[in-house]
Amino acid sequence: MSTQAAPQVRAGERDEELVVRYSLGERVNHWIGALTYIYLMMTGLAFWSPYLFWLAIVVGGGPIARFWHPWVGLAFSASLFWTFGEWRRDMQVDDDDRAWAKAMPDYIENRDDKLPPQGRFNFGQKLFFWGMFYSVILLLLSGFSLWYTEALPWSLRYLRYLAILIHASVAMITIGLFLIHVYMSTILEEGSFGSMIHGTVTRAWAWTFHRKWYEQVKNNAQPGR
Amino acid sequence: MSQASTEIIRISGHAGSVPGEGLNREFRVCKLVDTTTCIGCKACEVACLEWNGYSFSETTFDNSYQTMPETAWNYWNLIKFNEHEREDGTMQLLMRKDQCMHCADPGCLAACPADGAIVQYANGIVDFQEDHCIGCGYCMTGCPFNIPKFSPTARKVFKCTLCNDRVSQGLEPACIKACPTGCLHFGTKIEMVELAETRAEQLRENSGFPDAGVYDPPGVGGTHVIYVLHDAKNPQFYGGLPKDPHVPISVRLWKGPLKWIGNLAMVAGIVGLAAHYLRFGPKKEETIPPDENGRRP
Repeated sequence: MSTQAAPQVRAGERDEELVVRYSLGERVNHWIGALTYIYLMMTGLAFWSPYLFWLAIVVGGGPIARFWHPWVGLAFSASLFWTFGEWRRDMQVDDDDRAWAKAMPDYIENRDDKLPPQGRFNFGQKLFFWGMFYSVILLLLSGFSLWYTEALPWSLRYLRYLAILIHASVAMITIGLFLIHVYMSTILEEGSFGSMIHGTVTRAWAWTFHRKWYEQVKNNAQPGR
Repeated sequence: MSQASTEIIRISGHAGSVPGEGLNREFRVCKLVDTTTCIGCKACEVACLEWNGYSFSETTFDNSYQTMPETAWNYWNLIKFNEHEREDGTMQLLMRKDQCMHCADPGCLAACPADGAIVQYANGIVDFQEDHCIGCGYCMTGCPFNIPKFSPTARKVFKCTLCNDRVSQGLEPACIKACPTGCLHFGTKIEMVELAETRAEQLRENSGFPDAGVYDPPGVGGTHVIYVLHDAKNPQFYGGLPKDPHVPISVRLWKGPLKWIGNLAMVAGIVGLAAHYLRFGPKKEETIPPDENGRRP
C-alpha cells in the first residue's frame, strides 16, 4: 500500500492491515518448546499419579518415557534459553507494567480499555515468561538429581529428598502457567493463536492489546490476507 | 483374616482339648542375623550370587576385608566390616551382613510410580518385579537403608528378594543355607524375634555386652530381617545401620499432601478457566478510532 495520505475510514470499519508479530524463527522455536513441554507434562504426570500412568503408555510406555523425559527436558530448556536470548529486552518490566499489575482485575474481567498501554508483551505474558524461565532452572537442577540418582552419594541423600519435592512442586507451577497460557492464547484472546501460526496480527489487534508496541510497528503494516 | 475364622480357640461343652488349638498361624517370615556369631566368611555372599545367577564382581580393596563399599545391583548381600574402638581402648571387629531389610512399611514401595514394579507379600517379603520397573530410581530415594541399586545396562533397579523363589517353595533363603556358624536363622517373625531376644539376653547377662539388643526398627513398621547387635544403642557402628530409620519425610509429603494439593489445583485451574470464559467471554480486537482528520492513524 503506497499512500501519500492515509485513506478515510468510517467508524466501525475493521483495519485488516497486518503487522509482523513473530518471526519464523520465533514461531518454530515456540512450537518446539510447546511440543517438548507437552511431552514432559504427559510423562511427568504419568510418574506423578498412578491414575495418570496411561499418559506414559500412549507415548511409548514407562521405561521409554523414563529414558526420554530428561533428554526432552534438555530440549525444552534449550528452547526456553533461546527465547530468553531473543526476548529478554522485550520482557523487561517497566512502570506501565507495574500500573498494569495493579489494574489486573480489569484485565481479568475484560475491561481492557482501562488498562495502561503495553509494549510487545503485556505484564501477564512477562509473568508467564519469567515464571517459566526460573521454573526451568529449578527443574533442570532438581532434574539432574532425579536423572542420575546415584550421582548424589548416600551422604548427600538429603539433596535427593529436596530434589523430588522441588521437581514436583515446580512442575505443578508450570502446569498452572501452561494452562493459563493455552487458554488465553487459543480461545480467550482472538487473533493470538493465529499470530503464532502466521506470524502476523492486524493493526487493530496491536492497537487493542499492545498499544505501545502498536506505536512502534504501525507504519510497517502490509496488506491483509 | 480368612484363616482366623477357621481357627477355633474355645468350644462349648466339649470334653478334652480343642482340636487345632495353638497351631502356629504366623505366616510372616523373618531372617535373623546374629552379628555376634558372624565370622565374616562371606559364604552368604557367594551363596547369594550362586542362587541368583550373578557372577562374582570385581572387589574393591579399602584396607578392610569388605568385598566392596556397598551392595550393588548384582551383589545383594554384603558383609560390612567395621573396626570399632570401644571407650576402654579395646578393638572390636564388627561384621554385619547387609541386605534388603524387607520393611513392613517399605519406603521403596511408597516412592515407586510404576504399577506393579514393587509388591509386598503377606509373608513380609518386599519384591521388585523388574518386568514392570521403569528405572526411575525413586525407590533408591525412598529406601532408608540404601539398598535398591540401578543397573545401567538393564536400566532397572534390583535388590535382595529374600529368596522369594525359594521361600515360596518352603526352602530357606540361600544365604541361610550357606552360613557355617549358624549366625543366620530363618523362620516366622514371632519365632525369630523370640530367638533374637533370648540371644540378646544371653549376651547381656553372660557375655559382658550390657547393651546387646535386637534391631527391628519400629520407624519402618519393623523389618523382616532383624539383627542381634552387641551394642544395640549404636547401630551406626555396624557400617551405617541407621539408628531410627524412617521413610524420608519428603517422600511422605510428595506422595501425600503435595499430590493432593497438586491434583486439586490442576482440576480447580481447568474449572476456573472454563468458568472465566463463560463469565467474561473472549477478548475481541477493537477498531482503531480515526484521527482528528477522519483518517487512519
